[in-house]
Amino acid sequence: MKLMRTVGFYVLVTAILLFSVFPFYYAILTSFETGTAIFTPNYLPESLDLANYAQVLGHGYFPRNVLNSVIVAAATVGISLFLGLTAAFALARIKFRGRKLLLLTVLSVSMFPQIAVLAGLFEIVRLLGLYNSLGSLVMSYLIFTLPFTVWVLTTFMRDLPVEIEEAAIIDGAGPWHIVSRVFLPLMWPALVTTGLLAFIQAWNEFLFALTFVSSNSTRTAPVAIALISGTSAQETPWGALMAASVVVTTPLIILVLIFQRRIVAGLTAGGVKG
Amino acid sequence: MTRPSARGLTISAQRRRAAALFLAPMLVVLLLVAGWPLLRTVWFGFTDASLGDPGRAHWVGFANYLEWFSYGEDDGEWVGLLVDDEWWRAVWNTLVFTFVTVSIETTLGLIVAMVLNVRFPLRGLVRAAVLIPWAIPTVVSAKMWAWMLNDQFGIINDLGMKLGLLSAPVAWVASSETAMIAVMLVDIWKSTPFMALLILAGLQMIPEDIYEAAKIDGVNPLLTFWRVTLPLAAPAILVAVIFRALDALRVFDIIYVLTPNNAETRTMSVFVQQNLFQFDQFAYGSAASTLLFLVIAFITLGYIRAARLNLD
Repeated sequence: MKLMRTVGFYVLVTAILLFSVFPFYYAILTSFETGTAIFTPNYLPESLDLANYAQVLGHGYFPRNVLNSVIVAAATVGISLFLGLTAAFALARIKFRGRKLLLLTVLSVSMFPQIAVLAGLFEIVRLLGLYNSLGSLVMSYLIFTLPFTVWVLTTFMRDLPVEIEEAAIIDGAGPWHIVSRVFLPLMWPALVTTGLLAFIQAWNEFLFALTFVSSNSTRTAPVAIALISGTSAQETPWGALMAASVVVTTPLIILVLIFQRRIVAGLTAGGVKG
Repeated sequence: MTRPSARGLTISAQRRRAAALFLAPMLVVLLLVAGWPLLRTVWFGFTDASLGDPGRAHWVGFANYLEWFSYGEDDGEWVGLLVDDEWWRAVWNTLVFTFVTVSIETTLGLIVAMVLNVRFPLRGLVRAAVLIPWAIPTVVSAKMWAWMLNDQFGIINDLGMKLGLLSAPVAWVASSETAMIAVMLVDIWKSTPFMALLILAGLQMIPEDIYEAAKIDGVNPLLTFWRVTLPLAAPAILVAVIFRALDALRVFDIIYVLTPNNAETRTMSVFVQQNLFQFDQFAYGSAASTLLFLVIAFITLGYIRAARLNLD
């Protein structure tokens, strides 16, 4: 009975592992295959042909698209963290009227359906002359990274002991000094977590990138991948497509695996604990 | 804390002023990227705005929503979103998608969370593996699954045939009966881990002595699950469900990439995007996105209440 339960449990564990990992494993497998090998499904690695990677990274706009994604995501995260940290200090450590309402507003914006602002944002992007530029993406991505950053950093900041702050005040430190010299060093772990989560969101974004940018050289990697296609389903370059997918995904997976504990803490701080 | 500071302001007044300064940039940005665009979108929905020059638009009242279009004296018909079969089709698709995926993701998520809540040798590894689908961009997930679900060369058909589950290869993505299943499958794969982690956080807040007490009293595991685990984890599960539902209601990437231009899977977001930018129906799309926003705003309020957020 006990043995059966143990076996059953590990069958379940294996099923979970396979379910989670198999599609990515299969993408890697396919990315190393060329020619007709691609068109016979196989479950174990059979070839290690780098031609697909050479094709994707050596020609065309894809390297540029990846670079665009890096630039946009990094700029979005930088701005979000700076604005988020100062706002979180005000929201977590200073008592003033309307604070709860502000927090609720920030939280509601983080749940905004992006599609609901798409028409209005499109107008602003055009008025500011940002259409088809990476700036349009950095600006529009703030709609989801900024509320998220403010919310999570506020949660973290609230838990810092009040004594350090009081000591700093007695030493005559002003609010800016307290944020930059006292809290910033203590907030590094929270900043890394929040920044990473915001980076992933910005890296994965599709709708705005599809709408606000229209040329090959300004596209981000997800849009470039979505647009890789042949003239028919038979002609889709699956090998190259999977190589591009692996290139775009591997850095994220490595980051997530390194920071997994923090990520879980950050996700739950943003979602459940409040 | 009312000791006068160097500039003659009390410290708390100085801090309130700092709070205003610290918050201003964030609020300006949110107004620019969220508040104002939302108002403009709602406004466009009441006009005849066009993609080419949205600024030059005329007020048309509720015409985009519902209007009597007269052909002549006694002849005419109702037109507008509220009588648009395609829109209602999209609403229906969105609701079906949301209901099915969130139900399955909650069930699977609960199972995965219960497994991860048990101490076993490789737990850390499994928990890390579970995060992988979540970390992969949706577009990439959709493409990976499009390849696995390929009718001729896909591994899903191959596996199904080998295991005797399928008698002939299925055109999962292309055929109208299975397109929705394919889309849901990708979403379930991608989002179950997130669900599992949120529920796991809830499970880990249940004190262990409750389980020990149940064990000593000889309560069987199934009953413990129904009477102890579920009720105590319910708030966390509820929050996770609303969170996921909000995401599912605005689903776009998966459908746009996996089954483009397919009426069987067109959701509200896809309907809006197509009207705004492909069909030259800017005002009509804006009206539709206003309706979508109302639905999501309603659920967000539910979330804020259900989560009983601590704002102090």
